[in-house]
Amino acid sequence: MILPALIAVLLLGGFAAWFSESKFSNAPRWVAIITLVIEALLVLWQCTVVEQINNLSTDMPQTWLADFNRSWIPRFGIGFHLALDGLSLVLIALTVLLGFMAVSSSWTEINKRQGFFFFNLLACLAGTVGVFLAVDLFLFFFFWELMIIPMYFLISIWGHENRTYAAIKFVIFTQVSSLLMLLAILVLVLTSHSLSGIYTFDYFKLLGTEIPPDLAYWLMLGFFVAFTVKLPAVPFHTWLPDAHTQAPTGGSVILAGVMLKTGAYGLLRFVIPLFPEAAHQFAPIAMTLGAVSVLYAAMMAYAQTDLKRLIAYTSVSHMGFILIGIFAWNIYALQGSVITMLAHGISAAALFMIAGALQERLHTRKMGRMGGLWQMLPRLSAFALFFAMASLGLPGLGNFIGEFLVLLGAFKVNVLLTGVTALVLILAPVYSLAMIQKTVHGTFHNQAPVLDINRRELTSLGLLVLATVWLGLSPGTFFDVSAPALKQEMQVSSVVEH
Amino acid sequence: MDNHQLAALAPIITLSTVAIAVMLTIAIRRNFILISSVTAFGILLSLSALGVAWQETPIQTTLLIRINSFALFYMALLLLASLAVVGFCYDYFKTREGENEELMLLLLTAVLGASVLVSSSHFATFFIGLEILSISLFALIGYPLNQSRPLEAAIKYLILSGVSSAFLLMGMALIYAQSGELNFSGIGRFLANQPAMNAMILGGIILIMAGLGFKLSLVPFHLWTPDVYEGAPAPITGFIATVSKGAVFAILLRFFIGTESQVYTPLLTVFSVIAVLSILGGNLLALLQTNVKRLLAYSSIAHMGYLMVAFIASGSIAPALAVESVTFYIVAYSITTIGAFGVVSVLSTPQIEAGDIELYRGLFWRRPWLASAFTLMLLSLAGIPLTVGFIGKFYIFTSGGEARLWGLMLAVFAGSGLGLYYYLRIIIAMSMTEEAPIANFGECSNHWVSSATLVTLSILLVWFGIYPNQLITIIQSVSNTMR
Repeated sequence: MILPALIAVLLLGGFAAWFSESKFSNAPRWVAIITLVIEALLVLWQCTVVEQINNLSTDMPQTWLADFNRSWIPRFGIGFHLALDGLSLVLIALTVLLGFMAVSSSWTEINKRQGFFFFNLLACLAGTVGVFLAVDLFLFFFFWELMIIPMYFLISIWGHENRTYAAIKFVIFTQVSSLLMLLAILVLVLTSHSLSGIYTFDYFKLLGTEIPPDLAYWLMLGFFVAFTVKLPAVPFHTWLPDAHTQAPTGGSVILAGVMLKTGAYGLLRFVIPLFPEAAHQFAPIAMTLGAVSVLYAAMMAYAQTDLKRLIAYTSVSHMGFILIGIFAWNIYALQGSVITMLAHGISAAALFMIAGALQERLHTRKMGRMGGLWQMLPRLSAFALFFAMASLGLPGLGNFIGEFLVLLGAFKVNVLLTGVTALVLILAPVYSLAMIQKTVHGTFHNQAPVLDINRRELTSLGLLVLATVWLGLSPGTFFDVSAPALKQEMQVSSVVEH
Repeated sequence: MDNHQLAALAPIITLSTVAIAVMLTIAIRRNFILISSVTAFGILLSLSALGVAWQETPIQTTLLIRINSFALFYMALLLLASLAVVGFCYDYFKTREGENEELMLLLLTAVLGASVLVSSSHFATFFIGLEILSISLFALIGYPLNQSRPLEAAIKYLILSGVSSAFLLMGMALIYAQSGELNFSGIGRFLANQPAMNAMILGGIILIMAGLGFKLSLVPFHLWTPDVYEGAPAPITGFIATVSKGAVFAILLRFFIGTESQVYTPLLTVFSVIAVLSILGGNLLALLQTNVKRLLAYSSIAHMGYLMVAFIASGSIAPALAVESVTFYIVAYSITTIGAFGVVSVLSTPQIEAGDIELYRGLFWRRPWLASAFTLMLLSLAGIPLTVGFIGKFYIFTSGGEARLWGLMLAVFAGSGLGLYYYLRIIIAMSMTEEAPIANFGECSNHWVSSATLVTLSILLVWFGIYPNQLITIIQSVSNTMR
């Protein structure tokens, strides 16, 4: 019963936040914090207490930690089926952590219509948690869409100067691609119906459906496009710089930290296990796309003048690593992808928080109008330096482990591509250091005095620093949690292959 | 006619009686509140008469009418939709000058025509039902006599409707000339014995399709739609969009699936072209609109195109699934569309019809509940999950995918993408901060009947979106017994 509660708590908390505004205008943010605390406790409870009780549904591998299965629309064999394994667990933990960060960074930034803001924020998180839990394809699609609309509101109502354009672009890209996925899901289900005579949307029952190879390739592409738009990878990335730049800080944190990971999660959970042969055939193209994203986005990042846009492009670059890692499909690369998801989630969120904090103080995102901030904002600048280092892959921090493992795993599959991708190890320091150079070094332009970060910001960013260091120094903890799940996925797709 | 047949006709008889009663009441005492309540009560009475008829199904009453659970289900839908429209009409017209009582009478006759239409099994009732519906609609559209736009709309609808009836009659005549049959099962038998499709029959069926295409506003028969939608009073527009189109689609299903004439390849090609044109035309033209009513008109053209896709699928898959898909989609579409026009009618004042998108700017912050309801309706039209529109779209995709209509699916796909853009535009306008509030516009007057109706519709929309199971079960059993 914990799994549905994980989603319900966030949704109910969202409504509570919305309605609490009419009582006290500052109540919604407190309601949001309380909701997230309850959510965090539930996740902890799931990790510690319930792990021992094993009551999985039949035909589920033992690597799953918990599941919840109820009939929903029996006409089409659709079930309300949630399940949790190590992979979902670490991603949900990341979601909750970044949920706190999003609330924290919106604390003073959002001063109008707080109730509706926090409702959307929490609804968006609920959708994301749902995506990480759903193992019924219909339900998965349901949550997949559920997280888009609140994010659309976050961008279109509380965004910056060009928000309408960015919000519409975001929705059209994600929505149209997800319709492709819906079509692919339906054709997959109808194919399995014509083979077995029963309708089912259940992930475990659809695994190993014997689809004709041509059809499988098309279906795989349907899923792949939907997930790579969300990831995003070149050529589907153009919505991301706009959406990230225009979103309010809290929205950017969720978008970069968590939502992009749903694309990676989808590739890992659905595309390859459901269509192993087609995915294997497609792997060289997917890995090339990944490599192009890594290098192209890194170069684009260097060319930006807008701080948030720069960070957005670095996200595309890091997501390219994940794409390569997933399609390399060996345990090193997969572990590397998972660690990159977590590490990038934390570092990108932190960088967006810093950009947001700067914008709140300086009222600009243009790096040309910053400079010399170290004298004025020493603590914030130190954090900026730290996360820039994390983002460029400094050994000892989380991002390094992830990228190293991805390259290690990919090297076994495709030497040339890995070699080319590794060039980013030059480009990443270039854009990171350029960013630091332009913002915190140099002379101070701004005349008006500004305050350095307060205790709230210090705590949030401090927590993220700790998380990054932990990921970098002791990645084993995360390997242990996610390894069984990843091995299971690999086993599922290799069993079918032979 | 025995007792069973009479019982089966109970809903239609009740509706006629109520119409007469309303007419007499108007003669005795002109009071809008009284007439509206009698009408609403009459509709409820007819709804309960459906229960009486349910026990007799399926039954052929006279040569003309066949009452089965399909007919009764659609009657229930039409009656409920009319009830919602009566609610919106009450608030819309209560503050207007003039004699508004006959409006309710016309609504009753329109829904009577629609009920006859969905239960007909013969060309005579087909035509009579359609004409009762259409003639009531002319008067309803042009009801605000002292304004020019509604009158213009009424004339347009009158002329085009007349033309479409002529097409329809010609088609019936051609079929009769060949088969010598006027009832659907007879035509079906005749067609089954024909080795190949004969040109006269084919021509006849295409003419019938053209006649129905006018009513459904399918491209290329859609030209009246935006003007009539814009000109008619908002609740009446909702009525045309749901009751009239729903009933016509039901007879389309009854005729084609009853005679099994939809399986002929040349017809399927014609239908597919119509469907693709409607989807793309409707969505592309909707992009250009700045008037919410016109925008919804073009979007309804596109939605009829989606429905056609499920209907075309019935040519190659089990008709029951296609009927189920169409029926669910019509239910979803009716809930959503009535709600959308309900919002427009609540916002309209006697001086100004709430068409211009500028009037919606900042509605979220002025009237949050109304704007939330409208957002829900628009999201449902766009087919976003958590709303009933999504399940409808899911059904369209399912039947289209099952029939492997890839080309049509591509059109639905492109249409949905385009559709998203213009629905979002309205939502964005509503969430913007208004620069200068428009004076006296959207002031909260007493609209409790409309508000209650809107709340009910919103709850239904979300409820069926999250838990559509009961509705699916009912529709499935109805579709299985269609023939």
